[in-house]
Amino acid sequence: MASEPLMEPHGHAAHHRDLAHQFDSLDQQKESSTLGTWLFLVTEIMFFGGLFTAYVIYRRLYPQAFALASHTLNVPMGAINTAILIGSSLTMVLAIWAAQVSWRKGIVLFLGLTILLGSAFLGIKSVEYREKFETHHVPGPTFHFVPESEHVKVTDPQLERHASIFFSLYFIMTGLHALHMIIGIGILVVLAVLSWKGKYGPEYHNPLEMTGLYWHFVDIVWIFLFPLLYLLGAHAR
Amino acid sequence: MNTTATAPVTTTAETGFARPNYLNAAYGVRSWLLTRDHKRIAILYLISVTAFFALGSLFALLIRLELLTPEGDLFQPDTYNRLFTMHGVVMVFFFLIPSIPAVLGNFLVPLMIGAKDLAFPKLNLASWYVYNLGGIFTLWAIVHGGVDTGWTFYTPLSTHYSNTYVISTALGIFITGFSSIFTGLNFIVTVHRMRAPGLTWFRLPLFIWSTYATSLIIVLGTPVIAITLLLVAAERVLHLGLFDPALGGDPVLFQHLFWFYSHPAVYIMILPAMGVVSELVAAFARKKIFGYRFVAFASIAIAVLGFLVWGHHMFVAGESIYAATIFSVLSMLVAIPSAVKVFNWTATLYQGSISYQTPMLYALGFIGLFTLGGLTGVMVATLGIDVHVHDTYFIVAHFHYIMVGGAIMGYLGGLHYWWPKISGKLYPAALSKLSALLVFVGFNLTFFPQFILGYLGMPRRYWSYPPEFQVLNVLSTAGASILGVGYLLPLCYFIWSMRYGKDSGDNPWGAVGLEWDTTSPPPTENFYTTPVVTHGPYEYNREEVHNRMSQEATLG
Repeated sequence: MASEPLMEPHGHAAHHRDLAHQFDSLDQQKESSTLGTWLFLVTEIMFFGGLFTAYVIYRRLYPQAFALASHTLNVPMGAINTAILIGSSLTMVLAIWAAQVSWRKGIVLFLGLTILLGSAFLGIKSVEYREKFETHHVPGPTFHFVPESEHVKVTDPQLERHASIFFSLYFIMTGLHALHMIIGIGILVVLAVLSWKGKYGPEYHNPLEMTGLYWHFVDIVWIFLFPLLYLLGAHAR
Repeated sequence: MNTTATAPVTTTAETGFARPNYLNAAYGVRSWLLTRDHKRIAILYLISVTAFFALGSLFALLIRLELLTPEGDLFQPDTYNRLFTMHGVVMVFFFLIPSIPAVLGNFLVPLMIGAKDLAFPKLNLASWYVYNLGGIFTLWAIVHGGVDTGWTFYTPLSTHYSNTYVISTALGIFITGFSSIFTGLNFIVTVHRMRAPGLTWFRLPLFIWSTYATSLIIVLGTPVIAITLLLVAAERVLHLGLFDPALGGDPVLFQHLFWFYSHPAVYIMILPAMGVVSELVAAFARKKIFGYRFVAFASIAIAVLGFLVWGHHMFVAGESIYAATIFSVLSMLVAIPSAVKVFNWTATLYQGSISYQTPMLYALGFIGLFTLGGLTGVMVATLGIDVHVHDTYFIVAHFHYIMVGGAIMGYLGGLHYWWPKISGKLYPAALSKLSALLVFVGFNLTFFPQFILGYLGMPRRYWSYPPEFQVLNVLSTAGASILGVGYLLPLCYFIWSMRYGKDSGDNPWGAVGLEWDTTSPPPTENFYTTPVVTHGPYEYNREEVHNRMSQEATLG
């Protein structure tokens, strides 16, 4: 290894096995990874922020198309998914708690539950996607859109095109959200294996906490996506 | 600074053995490709960035050759479109943005704050690999014929009409964006959490302040270009219509999203150079920097204001007059912190004992050229003038004064200043001064005529032009060839110096700063004992006073 020091310049501190060489203490290491994770979440906010900006612009330009397109989304499924995600955030926190009280099997149990709930979310999401494919609501050559109810007075002369923009944003936003969930589940699987091997305990469980922050963030993105995409003009249904 | 880092081992000259340092700590390709040492990663970046700089320069050379004559005789117009696009893409995303942060920043940030390494060494190494991966995507596009949309990827040209490798290039930039984010995030955490005992915020070198401000822009801005380019790629593949007016999309929305990152990106390029210049001016005027806190906060102010001015790229793109007026005023505000810096550097020079070493020549060049670039920036921030000179060579000249006259002068000045720290070797002084002179003369000869050309109405991005513009274009091409020689010389003598250069000693400039307190080149762990800081960064006067007092004491 290149960074193998030829001498022991910092020979004073007795090094914890989980302390990286560049840090002086576990506290410094923990503070650094916490700050780093928050900064990473800031970049995520800016990333989704670009999409939310596009959403706001087009929703303002084409209010009727957005409302009518939104009505075709499956609100009960979206609501169940919201509940599932919030539940998964709870199990994530419980996994950290289990680490704090040195309950090794508990960590694995709660991480497993989090993975399960996350997968359930993705499962329901894929059912919704299939529904959209079957009703030709996926933007592209076969896209087709008419209002669900015949009593709606259509004021937007290009309703179909503008609805297509809504569905483009719907698929990109929920798709990127789902991608974040898949990455999160991948990390959780690794953590579950490491926890089973007894890597985490009350003294050191940084990766669990950092992954928790990420998981909650992905949750919060959904909390914004659900009303913005599913509940548009719900009162006027 | 405190002399806490005296090496326990004697020098090469005395023993015949090199002291342990980061270069001789391990040998072999593997020890470099798997290193987590920020100094080695800086060298890896130096190599990659230099390669892309050479590639971007090659495209510039071809552009200038085509413009030597009014007729389009060297290339087809389509080829010319690709040349200026790839020049822009390579220079902006693969050279200017990573140059100072990833090379000098990587090397210096831990040294300047008395840390053993950056907070996340593995992430740092990953950033270099990610950078190269993005580079490969872009190179793939270049090899297959390139891209012709301009580096700005304006829709619907990029999404519907262009028949070139837009997606591969956009993905290359998307991927490289992650390497910037990794670097910026690493710097912010490192500056917050890894400072040596006693190193308070107002004892930080100004290079750290400007790197910190740059990192804030990187972290906040880069994700927005990422999502923007992702949308362009999605639109191009799936024809979603998000930016296509025929399908109800809004192409100006693309411009807003694009410039929300790409304007602040200009400050990603210039702020680190400003940090370098602050170090150089203090070191070669042998003076404490004038108005330290103002210079420090000016960096933060530029970072903040930089996010509020993107609309000035769309004055003639259908932006409302109210929005344009506000963006115009906000753009002019950037001149205030920029001027604060220029005045403070000038005030630092006043009554300093200035020595015209090579790095200082670059620093002085920077101050003059940046001032010109900044002042013309205020001109084009004015609505009336911008409508007149929009998309002309005036704009090209303006931003090259900032990016080449500013950012690259700062980068080269910094490389010359810290080269003895990086390599432990001296480069030939006279030759390096000559190259600094060539760069300055060549630069002005290349780009000053372009101000005039633009003001006379020569539009950018055309392969041919009316014959009356030829004299100025010939001057510009001549300047570019001088500039090219000026850039080649340092490459040659830096490489030469690694083998044949004289040992520089630990601190050839007699500069203060934690990075000069340790040996040159530094050991892998940077400091033999963690330094303790008791005073500010530019205590040149204090040191001199101290020396004089101790001399008097010895003389009795």
